[in-house]
Amino acid sequence: MTTGNRPLSPHMKIYKFPMNGLMSGAHRVTGVLLSAGTLFFAYWLIAAAYGPESYATAQAFFGSWFGQIVMLGYTFCMYYHLVNGVRHLRWDMVTGLEKQDLIASGRVGIAVTAILTVATWIIGYSV
Amino acid sequence: MVEFSLPPGSDPVVGKTFKAPSGAKNVKAFKIYRYDPDSGNNPQIDTFEIDLDDCGPMILDALIKIKNEVDATLTFRRSCREGICGSCAMNIDGTNTLACLKPIAEVKGDCHIYPLPHMPVIKDLVPDLNLPYAQLRSIEPWMQADTPAPANQERLQSIEEREKLDGLWECILCFSCQTSCPSYWWNADKYLGPAVLLQAYRWIADSRDEATGKRLDYLDDPFKVYRCHTIMNCTNTCPKGLNPGKAIAEIKKLQFERQ
Repeated sequence: MTTGNRPLSPHMKIYKFPMNGLMSGAHRVTGVLLSAGTLFFAYWLIAAAYGPESYATAQAFFGSWFGQIVMLGYTFCMYYHLVNGVRHLRWDMVTGLEKQDLIASGRVGIAVTAILTVATWIIGYSV
Repeated sequence: MVEFSLPPGSDPVVGKTFKAPSGAKNVKAFKIYRYDPDSGNNPQIDTFEIDLDDCGPMILDALIKIKNEVDATLTFRRSCREGICGSCAMNIDGTNTLACLKPIAEVKGDCHIYPLPHMPVIKDLVPDLNLPYAQLRSIEPWMQADTPAPANQERLQSIEEREKLDGLWECILCFSCQTSCPSYWWNADKYLGPAVLLQAYRWIADSRDEATGKRLDYLDDPFKVYRCHTIMNCTNTCPKGLNPGKAIAEIKKLQFERQ
């Protein structure tokens, strides 16, 4: 926006984002984090292809507390992006766009994301 | 382009404080964005303490009271004071709405009032709306038909055809939705924005209009419609309870169906 010699009115810092606006921002952020997380996934695959020693190093990294946090974050981002993507598919069919539907599907989406993330980690640790 | 911080000279600084009259029991502070184009200074946030026992119920009542009794230089647009002219759209308590329809009682704590977000400011709460008006002109918001009108008769619609315009014709073009949209903040030069797209759909959905194909052609590029990412700030902020986000989704669906 070119404003000439006029000031630009405040936006980001003063706007109170409603729930759906925040979830939209989170969709963007999780998408970026997923791209970054794919580098870790690629490292793990390459290490496995390289040989037992490098694979052991990679396994040690992913077993460390930092590696576990990365993987937990990756799991959460993947499920959030997936579930919110389903919301977008519904919206593209012009359904669920009323204000109360946005809140309801948003709550369901967050709950499903949490359940899938926790369930994945329970299964991961029990096998 | 995405820029979270304001350009140089736009950041508001702390301004003056106008105390409530002594003896006032029901005091509320209104923190209002001020910009004087003649001063050359940055915008500032002035604090006006108002006795609510001596003030009308709506935000617009407080603004008029301030202008009449405290600081006559406070500048804002208003006309009808009943939500039909769309002049007094501004950002109140972090949300875009009409000052005349927003009860003071709905705002908890201090009441922060800014002009509509991410627009050039002419003075105080008056933004420059030339860009959205130009965008509105670009979608040709009038009925277009090649078929001559029936002799001695209006162009008739069935009840069902007329119902498709409900939720569209009520828009008063206050641009609350337009300036609530982050996509519009970052791409106002290429993206038409929710208010203009709701108007575009209002004519696409009209059974009497015969320019649907031309209208959809005009909207068919990567920016005019498709910068909408269904953030839905527009629908959440509309003071008339309309749904611009849904109108945009209808346009996207029509574009897809005619591929």
